[in-house]
Amino acid sequence: MSWDWQVFFQDTGSGQTYFNWMMSAWGWTLLVSACALVVALAFGSLMGILRTTPVRAFVWIGNAWTELFRNIPLLVQIFLWYHVIPSLFRPLQAVPDFIAVVIALGFFTSARISEQVKAGIQALPRGQRYAGLAVGLTLPQTYRYVLLPMAFRIIVPPLTSESMNIVKNSSVAFAVSITELTFFAMQAQEETARGVEIYLAVTFLYFISAFAINRVAAVVEKRVRVPGMIGGGK
Amino acid sequence: MNLTFAFFDWGVVSGFILKGLVFSVQLTLVAMVGGIALGTLIALMRLSSKRWLVLPAAAYVNTLRSIPLVMVILWFFLLIPLLIGRPLGAEISAMITFTVFEAAYYSEIMRAGIQSVPKGQVSAGYAVGMNYAQCMRFIVLPQAFRNMLPVLLTQTIILFQDTSLVYAVGAYDLLKGFEVAGKNFNRPVETYLLAALVYFVICFSLSMLVRQLQRRIAIIR
Repeated sequence: MSWDWQVFFQDTGSGQTYFNWMMSAWGWTLLVSACALVVALAFGSLMGILRTTPVRAFVWIGNAWTELFRNIPLLVQIFLWYHVIPSLFRPLQAVPDFIAVVIALGFFTSARISEQVKAGIQALPRGQRYAGLAVGLTLPQTYRYVLLPMAFRIIVPPLTSESMNIVKNSSVAFAVSITELTFFAMQAQEETARGVEIYLAVTFLYFISAFAINRVAAVVEKRVRVPGMIGGGK
Repeated sequence: MNLTFAFFDWGVVSGFILKGLVFSVQLTLVAMVGGIALGTLIALMRLSSKRWLVLPAAAYVNTLRSIPLVMVILWFFLLIPLLIGRPLGAEISAMITFTVFEAAYYSEIMRAGIQSVPKGQVSAGYAVGMNYAQCMRFIVLPQAFRNMLPVLLTQTIILFQDTSLVYAVGAYDLLKGFEVAGKNFNRPVETYLLAALVYFVICFSLSMLVRQLQRRIAIIR
């Protein structure tokens, strides 16, 4: 077979080229991923913290949250937020599709982040918590000033791979017609029958996105590493 | 709106759901067995001392791990007919895709498992006159499998969840079964809820079992 990269300069029929469409699809992929990452970090941290508190009810809530969102496939969760929740709660029908996908992807990822936050906190010597409490800090203060600053620095590497996973997982949004990269790939492949060129371009954009996150994270990791730990520098 | 589950009787289960469940389980098992076999081979290549074995294995793993699974499914669905000259059907195509894709993830697990075996054991194997293959077969791999069993099984649970993504090429899996039933009875909301429940029950109980296994292995070690 022969290459035909001209396909990207063809008109889609709505006054833009496939190249323009692909760039806007890339934008959607990055936007969905970034918003979902914010949701996932917020809920994942909260649930991870709850699971390490001495309050049993909190631990239960954190565990239940994690198990719930970890044991249902992402695609099914997207359908739940997109089809099921709006028809059970009428007022939510006005919520745009984009928000439904961000919540689905965010909550799904929050379950994994909660595991890492929990592991990060538990990796600290128990004495740190006791020391915080012993000098008169309240439990929230102990978390805020003693435990979390260390825990988050420890878990930067797994959080990086979760951020890269979010970009990859955002591809599942094709199922509810968010015009992100994978949706573009499927549509453009059908319309132009130049699947190989289009898939190559889309795959390349996923590569760049993941690679960019990887580089940013490497800088962050270098700046926040803890001196004295393995891999912590001087 | 009111939920009614009255339509959901044995007839629906045997007519729509079971067929999908069987395929999802089949796909999971095929990809698990094939993926672990291929993954172990790739892990051994990556750990060898020959560059011409290391480079392709590393490229294989890194490439597949940076592409979304949905895109990999689409790629194979597009490429297989181009390569063999005739369409292969979404189901078979999915089995090939998942085996190849999961091999990349299983190989990283096996690599960690192999690296966790003390070096002295390999030297001991060579010292008693074993060759490389025997060393791996009788000393290293059995221990690597055993140490990594919980992680391999956890990856398999993720694999089972990921099989729902064959939605992209229209294969008839567990989720599709629920969706078709929902369309037929005009009860999509109920069937999506039931699908979520079934996936949750399966994955949650499996992960409980893995946790128990992990505890038992940890004690023996």
